Amino acid sequence: MTQPSRPSRRRVLGAGLAAAGALPLWGCANPASGPSIGRVVVVGGGFGGATAARYLRMWGGNIDVTLVDRYPNFISCPMSNLVIGGHKQMSDITVPYAGLEAMGIRRIQGEVVAIDAAAKAVRLADGRTLPYDRAVLSPGVDFMFSQVAGLDSPAAQDRILHGWKAGPQTLALRRQLEAMPDGGVYALTIPQVPYRCPPGPYERACLVAGYFKQFKPRSKVLLLDANPEIQSKKVLFEKAFAEHYKGIIDYRPNNDLMQVDAATLTAKFDFDEVKADVLNVVPPQRAADIARRAGLVNMNNRWVGIDWLTMESTAVPGIHVLGDAVLAGPLMPKSGHLANQQAKVAAAAILQLLKGEPINPAPVLANTCYSFVTAHEAVHVTTVHQYDAAEKGFKVAPGGGLSAAASPLEARYAMSWAENVWADMLAT
Amino acid sequence: MSRALRATAASLLLTAGAAVAQDANLGRNLAATCANCHGTDGQVRGDAVKPLAGVPAAKIVAACNDFKSGAAPATIMHQIARGFTDGQIQAIAAYFAAQPAKK
Repeated sequence: MTQPSRPSRRRVLGAGLAAAGALPLWGCANPASGPSIGRVVVVGGGFGGATAARYLRMWGGNIDVTLVDRYPNFISCPMSNLVIGGHKQMSDITVPYAGLEAMGIRRIQGEVVAIDAAAKAVRLADGRTLPYDRAVLSPGVDFMFSQVAGLDSPAAQDRILHGWKAGPQTLALRRQLEAMPDGGVYALTIPQVPYRCPPGPYERACLVAGYFKQFKPRSKVLLLDANPEIQSKKVLFEKAFAEHYKGIIDYRPNNDLMQVDAATLTAKFDFDEVKADVLNVVPPQRAADIARRAGLVNMNNRWVGIDWLTMESTAVPGIHVLGDAVLAGPLMPKSGHLANQQAKVAAAAILQLLKGEPINPAPVLANTCYSFVTAHEAVHVTTVHQYDAAEKGFKVAPGGGLSAAASPLEARYAMSWAENVWADMLAT
Repeated sequence: MSRALRATAASLLLTAGAAVAQDANLGRNLAATCANCHGTDGQVRGDAVKPLAGVPAAKIVAACNDFKSGAAPATIMHQIARGFTDGQIQAIAAYFAAQPAKK
């Protein structure tokens, strides 16, 4: 596991507080005095939730912040394709929550089963309830397995992996690729937009093809896209496919997956059928289950509508929703970077709401996504989004754009981005 | 409000751009959009990306203007800088200039 850059002091501090049974932890590590301005419960410790917890504490001073996530550590989706390609280990994309605990955030590893907006309480599977003045929900996506015939069973999902939530499936997919004989076919299916991380499938195709090129040169990558064309960094990926992976990556647009057979690893499309040695299906997605249970899903029966000034749900007051679960604004990808940026808008607004102050009328979001096209070269897409009061939403600002070309320099920037964004959200 | 305070407030408004100057934490909030690459409060990790904490505001503003105009070579900053108004860049620069270089 990756250690935070200065783990020992925080570990010792955290352990000492825990041993003393000194919950709640807030106030211990922060000199802010006076009564707490309120209680915020954050559900989901990914790019959105962890950042919200960190910035609420950092900007809020004496505020009670609780962060609930079902996993003991953060595992990053960005950079996880480098694990699948064989260039990084799981430990390189895993970061503990100790930094957040050290700054006085109460962290609970647990499963949230309900949010009772009337009682203003989050309920955990173990029966505990966490009262809040404001809640933040950054739940990510869940998969619509039932939209693909044959995929809606645990047995099928054990054999046909998604690898679209970093964790055990990331490593399991790597193992499948390692076990695949040379001359085999790796098929990766892409759902119709919107889905998490638009450039992710094309990056994954590049990195798996790079692995084949070096170690299994007779093998193929079949990239089966439900969309009519490459959905992000199109010219850059087309160039990478042609320059580095000619004869390895076979890109087929307009192939919407209908059915799979887990026994034979067969994928069926409208007009085509493909048999693979490793079948990797990225299923269609929607806001995670807890958002539906909390009554927040009010857009296309799939996503959460929010007030962009505060990120507060338009369906349920007092619950602010971040990240991939939100119905995105114009040209906003479902990215970890953007979830981090939305979390800062939410944190600033929640503090103002708790203090009865006016809300910042002009927030700004910026997005940057790096993708590796080889192990040593990366490309980016970036946008800036300015709030527009008349439209009550974010509009894409001037500027933005793609890399001029893939480069080793941008690969260095990509790694630096990961180090810095993980530190920004997890206070390592 | 005293005359001096009013004058200070007026100059802050001018500095940050009148249309977006209402929020007391404008510079802080805008600077937080840079943290993903340049580190929390501009205190960057590693040596690939330039730190911003403690850098004089005029230097940051000049660099962003050079990115905007294309005078300074960049992979990405020319595209990001163009997304921010001059007033926003001034507010960001003032915030970073006031941050300690290392915590």
